[in-house]
Amino acid sequence: MKRLFLILLASLAMPVWAAEAVPVGDDPAIEARMVKLASDLRCLVCQNESLAGSHAELAEDLRREIRELMHQGKTDQQVITYLTDRYGDFVLYRPPFRSYTVLLWLGPALFLAIGGVAWYLTLRRRRAIQAASQVSPEALKQAADLLDEKQD
Amino acid sequence: MKRWLPLIIFVALAGFFYVGLHLNPREVPSPFIGKPAPAFTLPVVGQAGVTFAPEQNKGKVWLFNVWAPWCVACRQEHDALMQLSQAGVPIYGLNWKDKDREAAALLAREGSPYVVTADDLDGRVGIDYGVTGTPETFVIDKQGIIRMKHIGPIDADAWQNKFLPLLKELNK
Repeated sequence: MKRLFLILLASLAMPVWAAEAVPVGDDPAIEARMVKLASDLRCLVCQNESLAGSHAELAEDLRREIRELMHQGKTDQQVITYLTDRYGDFVLYRPPFRSYTVLLWLGPALFLAIGGVAWYLTLRRRRAIQAASQVSPEALKQAADLLDEKQD
Repeated sequence: MKRWLPLIIFVALAGFFYVGLHLNPREVPSPFIGKPAPAFTLPVVGQAGVTFAPEQNKGKVWLFNVWAPWCVACRQEHDALMQLSQAGVPIYGLNWKDKDREAAALLAREGSPYVVTADDLDGRVGIDYGVTGTPETFVIDKQGIIRMKHIGPIDADAWQNKFLPLLKELNK
């Protein structure tokens, strides 16, 4: 009886003992943060995959680095800086606004503006043609009378 | 002019696409060009107790070649590296993620083009150098600044047109 009690007592303490050495990757909070951050990062090996979803060995290593940096208390921004220092902006799926990405970010607005100008010019030209071809109601009536005597 | 506008737009687009066809997406621009080579200290393959650190090479221009025994393209490069090393080019290796511990035996069997090869078992130094795949070769100058990164095997063309002019300039 006493022995059973001791075993029970020991098993009670087991979770405490188990929590002592959390292996990297078993902290759900860190894991969630890592996956969220890595979804926005590019895997350098399979360039169309995110770092979170890639099975490439380098992606696994980088996920391990991200986890460890987070364990050290680094912020998301610090982790991103760690990666861009090594792999450049290419690792980011959302490219930052830089002098060489101006066309990328402002291109759509530029094309919209070009379209808008073309639209405005076309409308103006059409209006000018309509105005120039304006015929007076008397002339129209006269023409209709000539074409068709029955029309009022 | 107005009649030719669609043709002009088409030719311009076709020009962009043609250039794009010949770009290599693996040629990721390295953020290290012009920056100091990251410091590390690693054991040397095949020499127990010996370590290598890049600052040991201050004052000379050297090549830092990231390779691995499991890497097929590195085997292709091996002959070229042997020739370069026989011609007196100082090549230092980084044995990247050699989990099966094959590097020492391989170099003994095939010959080693390296002055020494640093042993980066967990791949951390590789990550510090922004390595995405082997082989990659860095040119590091006398001040320890990275001047160039070459992705993929070094072939005669790359050596003649990329490495040689730079090495000549740096060794002046």
